[in-house]
Amino acid sequence: MNKRPGSFYPLAAFFALFVLFLYGPTITIALLSFQGPGGGLTFPMRGASFHWFGQLFEAQAVGNFGTSLRRSLLLGLAVMICTVVFSLLAGLAFRKRFKGQSVIFYLTLTSLIIPSILISLGIGLMFDRLNLESTWYSSGFGSHLTWTLPFGLLIMFAVFNRFNPSYEMASVDLGASHWQTFRYILLPLLAPSLMGIGLFGFTLSYDEFARTLMTSGSFNTLPLELFAMTTNVTSPVLYALGTLTTAISLSVIALTLLALRVFRRKSVRESEA
Amino acid sequence: MARMSMAHNLHSYWQALPLTLVLLAFLVFPIAVIGIVSFWDYNSYSLIPDFMLDNYQYLLSSPVTLQAYLNTFKYAALTWFFTLSIGFTVAYFLAFHLRSTRTQTLCFVICTVPFFTSNIIRMISWIPLLGRNGLVNSTLQASGLTEQPLSFLLYSDFAVVLAYVHLYTLFMVVPIFNSMMRIDRNLVEAAVDAGASGFQIIRDIIVPLSRSGIIVGSIFVFTLVMGDFVTVKIMGGGIKANVGMMIYNEISLLQYPAAAASAIVLLATVMIMLVILFRLVDIRKEL
Repeated sequence: MNKRPGSFYPLAAFFALFVLFLYGPTITIALLSFQGPGGGLTFPMRGASFHWFGQLFEAQAVGNFGTSLRRSLLLGLAVMICTVVFSLLAGLAFRKRFKGQSVIFYLTLTSLIIPSILISLGIGLMFDRLNLESTWYSSGFGSHLTWTLPFGLLIMFAVFNRFNPSYEMASVDLGASHWQTFRYILLPLLAPSLMGIGLFGFTLSYDEFARTLMTSGSFNTLPLELFAMTTNVTSPVLYALGTLTTAISLSVIALTLLALRVFRRKSVRESEA
Repeated sequence: MARMSMAHNLHSYWQALPLTLVLLAFLVFPIAVIGIVSFWDYNSYSLIPDFMLDNYQYLLSSPVTLQAYLNTFKYAALTWFFTLSIGFTVAYFLAFHLRSTRTQTLCFVICTVPFFTSNIIRMISWIPLLGRNGLVNSTLQASGLTEQPLSFLLYSDFAVVLAYVHLYTLFMVVPIFNSMMRIDRNLVEAAVDAGASGFQIIRDIIVPLSRSGIIVGSIFVFTLVMGDFVTVKIMGGGIKANVGMMIYNEISLLQYPAAAASAIVLLATVMIMLVILFRLVDIRKEL
């Protein structure tokens, strides 16, 4: 092993500072959410307790956090499923040439980089003009898809750019039908990427705010509830809710990574068997 | 063979259909509605179908608009500068200074995890650090560096840009890291053998070859800042205004046609700048 260049150490220190910058604030509010009952929004800690987490579950303290959490989870799941299925299909479509593909590609890019407030305003106005009621599961659902699908499609592109088609060809040569090739060759090979897309679909929807603002109708999703709290809640209960949501996001990431690991082990074992 | 590829092509159409329908229903059509409503008239109760240019005329002649755009460009430029400097350095460290793939993956994951958590919470997290009685101010005062709490730390331009850098640097790190990983290590080796200094290697090899990653990252950061209103609302404390806040305020006052006209002008601004940036890079090759 040759010696590390002298520049390694300052760069490593820079990286460490960057990680501190990324995580420091979140860790701070995680600590503060365990404030004692007499504690405030800033340090010092006045004792340590689960008081503020307890407050979350008392309906009158912070509005309706439980129902908005349920809405966000349901919406996240629905968006995740649609994102995975639609991105997979579109990814397959783009492996061949077809008319209009560059239009669809540019629309997808537009959907990703368009200022979110346009999606919010546009879908809100559209539902209003069509005399449809805006709800989190109709207009809100659509607005979330405009945010998650581009990530899904771009991931599919990245996957197929590195994809070795010889397995499929072998399968076709051996007389497998299209469906069999898809089910037994393509799908297992794509499964890890699809889990990744699922992670994007769920977490991006679960945390989405700007595109939901005018499209969720009269019932708040969790991020909208949090946003409302920033203006009128001045106790650590805000941090408790923030910590809880972050914990949920982190568990979803951990579960996905775990599932990927298990899946990889399983396929290694199968290929060795 | 020709028939087979025809069949595949037909498959492509139904496979692309769900995506296309979602984009038509929730992207194309809503933007068309914004476009149409931007020419409408309105009073305090309702929207009045019309074809008038008053919304645009008012918007384009108002000093408030100019101020909001100047503010937004200022945020975009500052954020771009800081995210690029930090993002490039971090990506360079990850790509060229970590030897085992394991550590590299681990550090990369550490950089990307915050992307999957809530932006609003990440902004709120700054309050106990930057507030008047926050950690930074109490530390500064305790150490005798300042006598009064610094009030510019929160609800200020500083706080807004800090939050942008906090939220968006990883949009720079990921594409730049991606480009850097494709650089042929032999080039760097050859430069070292030829006697190039570390700085020369970065300037003449690494920067030019990570150009596309830098552009993709810039596209992300630029569009995210241009269209933002949440960060300015939370971190600016309601005193700072950018274009997104201007639209948000018009929406809150139910002045939808005015908001629509502002939105169309914002969209046009962003699109013009994107056309320029996209000329510099082929996105599909970058994935």
